[in-house]
Order: sequence, then C-alpha cells, then structure tokens
Amino acid sequence: MTVSRRAWHKMGVALQPQQSLLSKLMLRIVQFEYDAIRQHGEETYPHECCGVLLGRTDDHIRTVIRTVRCGNTRSDSPHNRYHIAPQELVHIQRQAREAGLEIVGFYHSHPDHPARWSQTDLVEAHWIGCSYVITSVERGQAKITNSFLLAGELEEDKRFENEAVSVAAEVATIANESTR
Amino acid sequence: MKIFIPTPLRQYAGKQDAVEVHASTVSDALTKLTSTHPDLKRHLYTDDGKLRAFVNLYLNDEDVRYLSEKENTRVKDGDHLSIIPSIAGGIDLLLFDGACNVRN
Ligand SMILES: [Zn+2]
Repeated sequence: MTVSRRAWHKMGVALQPQQSLLSKLMLRIVQFEYDAIRQHGEETYPHECCGVLLGRTDDHIRTVIRTVRCGNTRSDSPHNRYHIAPQELVHIQRQAREAGLEIVGFYHSHPDHPARWSQTDLVEAHWIGCSYVITSVERGQAKITNSFLLAGELEEDKRFENEAVSVAAEVATIANESTR
Repeated sequence: MKIFIPTPLRQYAGKQDAVEVHASTVSDALTKLTSTHPDLKRHLYTDDGKLRAFVNLYLNDEDVRYLSEKENTRVKDGDHLSIIPSIAGGIDLLLFDGACNVRN
C-alpha cells in the first residue's frame, strides 16, 4: 500500500500537539515517584512498562502523590504495545478512593523511540482530563519524560496537549502547595 | 448498590466518585445512573445506544462481558459496579515504515 505523506497528515498521523497558549497545563510529581516511573521503564526494557498516577486535580494542574506499577498484559507484543488489565484498574481505583486520592493519569515507556505520543496512543486513550506520561528509554537508559493531557470533551474531539512536568523534591512541598 | 465513577466522568455525575442506586440488574443500574445524571449518557454510549467499546464494566471483581447473563445479571444492594475505561497504547512501527517507503 502506498500512502502519501500528505494523506498521513490528513489522517492526523505524525502531527504533534501545540502547547496550549490559553492555559498553563502542568503535571507536578514528587522526585521519588518521578524516578520510580523512569526506573520502571529501564527495568522492563526492551518492553514497555505501564502504571497509574494517583493524586489530585486542581484546574490545570495535576499533582501526583503516588504511582502504582502495573503489569503489561500485551505479552504478544510487549516491545511496542501496552495494556493494563481492567481488573487491576478496578483495584487501583478502589484503593485510590480509600486513600482520598484519584487517578490523575497513567505512564508508559517507549523503548528506543521518542517520548512523544503515537497515533495508537491517542486512539486508545480514553481518560479525558488525565495525564499520559511517556518516558523514552534508549538502550536501557531512561532519557526524556514528557506528559500529555488528554483534552477535549468527547471521544470524537479528544486530543493530546503538551504539559509541563514539574518535579518537586519532597512530598511535603507538593502536598502543601496543592492545598493552597 | 454503589457505582464507581472513573475520574473523567465525575464532572458529569455531580463531581461524585460513587453513586448509590437501587437496581435489579446491571443494565437497570446503568439506566438509573444515566437518568439521574443524563450528561453521562453520551460519554458511555454511542449514538446508536451501544455501550462504547472501551468502557469496561466490573460487577464486584467480575467483567460483566464474561458473566453468563451479561448486563441482565441480577444485582443486590451491597454490590459494586465499577466503570473503567481501558488503558492501552503503542508505538506505531507501521508509521515509520510507511513514511520511509513513500514514493511518488
Ligand atoms: Zn506510547
């Protein structure tokens, strides 16, 4: 099949989002958890890792207080696909609720690929208003970690928007700031 | 019974993370939920009234799709119904191959 470059663009393929000028989107995460998700990507290399971000949402800012590692159920193609068992998510959603936290996003890794969302990532992303964090892992080493907010209202108009990642040294800092 | 609402849908359910309904079946529970919170409807169902494919329903710890009576499964007061949109993704290897093979 021959597909022209223009056709790919028409289909929305390879177009990356522009930073929204209207809002300062941000994902705040404590250093310990930031390191943990990057390390997870190194441990599962050359396979994709995946997990859940728990915390609080306050308008444009999502604050990650805890991360939960998940298994990648895509054993048929773990180097370029990830999927979290819904059963695992049911448990995590329940635990988050009991801890007074909510699911604010998810993370996964891109082994030997850039830390940019793919068309498949967008098609299969359904948690609108949540952050999707991607870490590139090159030859086993975590390189860049980016975050994208799944924006829009419905499946039909969803899109990823770039958001800044702010790493805080301590939980206390992040917790105090989030209650302000 | 209690229906757990995932983060993206809470804004359409009065900002609640769980909604209590009295229902006889899973399907009845969803009907009651969406009649109390009608904004949820278009997020859970397609235009032709089918549950969106990426929406998983778990009755306690069971995937409703795999229950013998599916959404007609009877429920009781202490039951929990979790609404869980799926989480997945992947690297588009075909895109890279395709882009490299473009010829005019
Ligand atoms: Zn991805």
